[in-house]
Amino acid sequence: MHHLMLASTLIATATMASAQDRPVLTVYTYDSFVSGWGPGPQIEQAFEAECGCDLQFVGAGDGAALLSRLRLEGARTKADIVLGLDTNLMTAARDTGLFDPHGITAAFDMPVEWDDDTFLPFDWGYFAFVANADFDAPGDFRALGQSDTSIVIQDPRSSTPGLGLVMWVKSAYGDQAAEIWEGLSDNIVTVTPGWSEAYGLFLEGEADMVLSYTTSPAYHLIAEDDSGKKAVPMSEGHYMQVEVAAKLAGTDQAELADQFLEFMLTDAFQGVIPTTNWMYPAKTPADGLPDGFDTLITPETALLLDADKAAALRDQAIAEWQAALAR
Amino acid sequence: MPLWPGRMAGLLLLLFLLGPLAAVAWRAGGGGWPGPADMEALRFTVVQAVLSALLSVVLAVPLARALARRRFPGRGALITLLGAPFILPVIVAVLGLLAVFGRGGIVNDTLAFLDLPRVQIYGLHGVVLAHVFFNLPLATRMILQGWQAIPAERFRLAASLGMTPGTVLRVLERPMLREVLPGATLIVFALCLSSFAVALTLGGGPRATTLELAIYQAFHFDFDLGRAAVLAVMQMGLVMAAAALALRAGGVTGFGAGLDRVHRRWEAEIPLLRAQDAALIFLGALFLLTPLAAIGWRGVAGLSEMPAQVWRAAGVSLGVALTATALCLVMALSLAAIALRHGWVEGVGLLGLAISPLVIGTGLFLLVNPWIDPARLALGVTAVVNAVMALPFAMRVILPRLREVEATHGRLATSLGMVGIARLRWLILPRLRTVLGFAAGLTAALAMGDLGVIALFADADNATLPLQILRLMGAYQMQAAAGAGLLLLVLSLSLFWLFDRGGRHHAAV
Repeated sequence: MHHLMLASTLIATATMASAQDRPVLTVYTYDSFVSGWGPGPQIEQAFEAECGCDLQFVGAGDGAALLSRLRLEGARTKADIVLGLDTNLMTAARDTGLFDPHGITAAFDMPVEWDDDTFLPFDWGYFAFVANADFDAPGDFRALGQSDTSIVIQDPRSSTPGLGLVMWVKSAYGDQAAEIWEGLSDNIVTVTPGWSEAYGLFLEGEADMVLSYTTSPAYHLIAEDDSGKKAVPMSEGHYMQVEVAAKLAGTDQAELADQFLEFMLTDAFQGVIPTTNWMYPAKTPADGLPDGFDTLITPETALLLDADKAAALRDQAIAEWQAALAR
Repeated sequence: MPLWPGRMAGLLLLLFLLGPLAAVAWRAGGGGWPGPADMEALRFTVVQAVLSALLSVVLAVPLARALARRRFPGRGALITLLGAPFILPVIVAVLGLLAVFGRGGIVNDTLAFLDLPRVQIYGLHGVVLAHVFFNLPLATRMILQGWQAIPAERFRLAASLGMTPGTVLRVLERPMLREVLPGATLIVFALCLSSFAVALTLGGGPRATTLELAIYQAFHFDFDLGRAAVLAVMQMGLVMAAAALALRAGGVTGFGAGLDRVHRRWEAEIPLLRAQDAALIFLGALFLLTPLAAIGWRGVAGLSEMPAQVWRAAGVSLGVALTATALCLVMALSLAAIALRHGWVEGVGLLGLAISPLVIGTGLFLLVNPWIDPARLALGVTAVVNAVMALPFAMRVILPRLREVEATHGRLATSLGMVGIARLRWLILPRLRTVLGFAAGLTAALAMGDLGVIALFADADNATLPLQILRLMGAYQMQAAAGAGLLLLVLSLSLFWLFDRGGRHHAAV
């Protein structure tokens, strides 16, 4: 026991000593990115092997909590990089004035054009309803509203996918969005605060479908060897989520931060994303996507409101959702 | 007992709770104005909390009474198990409830088998059902404590006077209930006020928006700190108003001292009452234990799939729980000593339940961040917050007993010159042993299960078990999460049992 303690003290001192020699790059991200089964650990190892630095991830709730933490800290923040905002948060993030342009030109493997000079995408996905493979699902929102298919969704006020669905309906139907929500209101079994609760409810058989991503069936296929789940194609097209990173203007490690953003688009980073974050990499790695991703549906139309438009429509879209469901 | 530790504890408590609130308001540059949607959330919050509290307590009275006057094999184990629901992380408990009342649950399967229409759990009734599931056991334990505080000699006297069950109810039980019920109702009401995930998940939609969700929205969605602070003050005002009502309504009984004999209830030993109590205990156990069994069933399969981080998190949680317990007991005893003279002090203790964890967490973050990396304080802060949040329970359990000890033995002790440490060691602690054990068990179990502020502070390495469960679920690993949920249930119950049992050692109550 004493040996063990001595050994661990030595190791601790050794790590501290070497950590002190190396410059520290602090990356704020959402909590599930840094957890043991998220992309964080592998990416940390790969980047530290080439940067001679100490990469420290700091997890802060979800994307929305991440942005409010930055706003709380303001210019005094320790973060050099923020990783994990999405297009719905970009305008608010830009308005803080805390970020610097990334100065990187890259070609992305995404179904939409991207030329933002501050926010750099690292992965993306399509929102979709996920059902059991043998379920006979409606093919668009109107048909869904008229059917007796039951669905579980997330609250747009506290969850990223929840907000994604509201923007999906808004971008597909515009002024008719309220009408679509009225049609859907009797299909919605319940609204959960976050993705985990909704997905858990679906797996327990509480509803026929759950709002998630087109990539969700890949998890069941690859990690659990279970081909029993599918994403349901919708003829209106599927709304996208694009997750982005950006460099803080106040960073004291500007070069390292630039190096990290470059690294973010290399295979060492992008290759980790599909089977840890279960999203599409922003730049497909040289050896392609993992086996199993080829079985996923590819929507014909990709829907995405640009950041400013999304920010302008958000409150109205949520009000319509709330009014229709409160009846 | 000396009063200075209580004054210190009270001051620290106020600083710890109101400091963060002030920090949030200060950072916002003043209060914000709640919108109509917030007022609707306020209305729904109050309605569901009142319904949940009343129903929990009304159902708890007959259950506690049945448990108080019956002895049967496995009674101790049953009482311990009854403590389980309200220490579970919300999502674990909700999935357990759904296994029974959900679309594919036992109830609906049975109804379908009998060709009866299915029942729908989602809605206000589902929220209330879940809250009763969480809080009925707590209310039952608090009320049971009241029954056990009536000296056995009084029931003996009642029997020798030939009193009927009705007379015993009027002379002995009703005065006790009058003292205990307002406090129990208040605690459950305060707990249900800050409900967030239960209300939304089972509420069926945005109608079931609570204040806590409105606070979350103000913080993370609109980044309107002023509105968040004002909403937090509204929530606090509600609890304080309820506390004022409850503390005024609660009378003080005077049963006098007893010899701590085992209760025997001669008047209730008639077949009809026996059958009635047996039925009540059976129904209560069925309602509370079936979802727990479902959690166990779901969890066993996941135990083998749990990654190593889960065990590490379990260790972290144990450490947090034990620290919180020690802290909470010291604070509760010190504050209770003052509350003997000034009843309103118990209201100060209640503040811990009245302030939104999100506000405490954010405020502490604002206070700490300029000086030190918040992640380094994550576990310490979590322990303190849990101690503070468990304080109202501990006070509610300890205070009536302390009051009674001082009333019955206080004058003798004083005349013997027993003051300060000697009084604590020879009079207070031994006579409070059962309630201290119960309070410690409650605190430890609550601190094990709480998600509270850790999510705002934690980094990858120092997650607690509930946070790790949430992370597992977020990474699709529902099986492993169910396993970790079972582990959490077992650990919390063991802690609860150890403390509670330790307190009841020697005493056959």
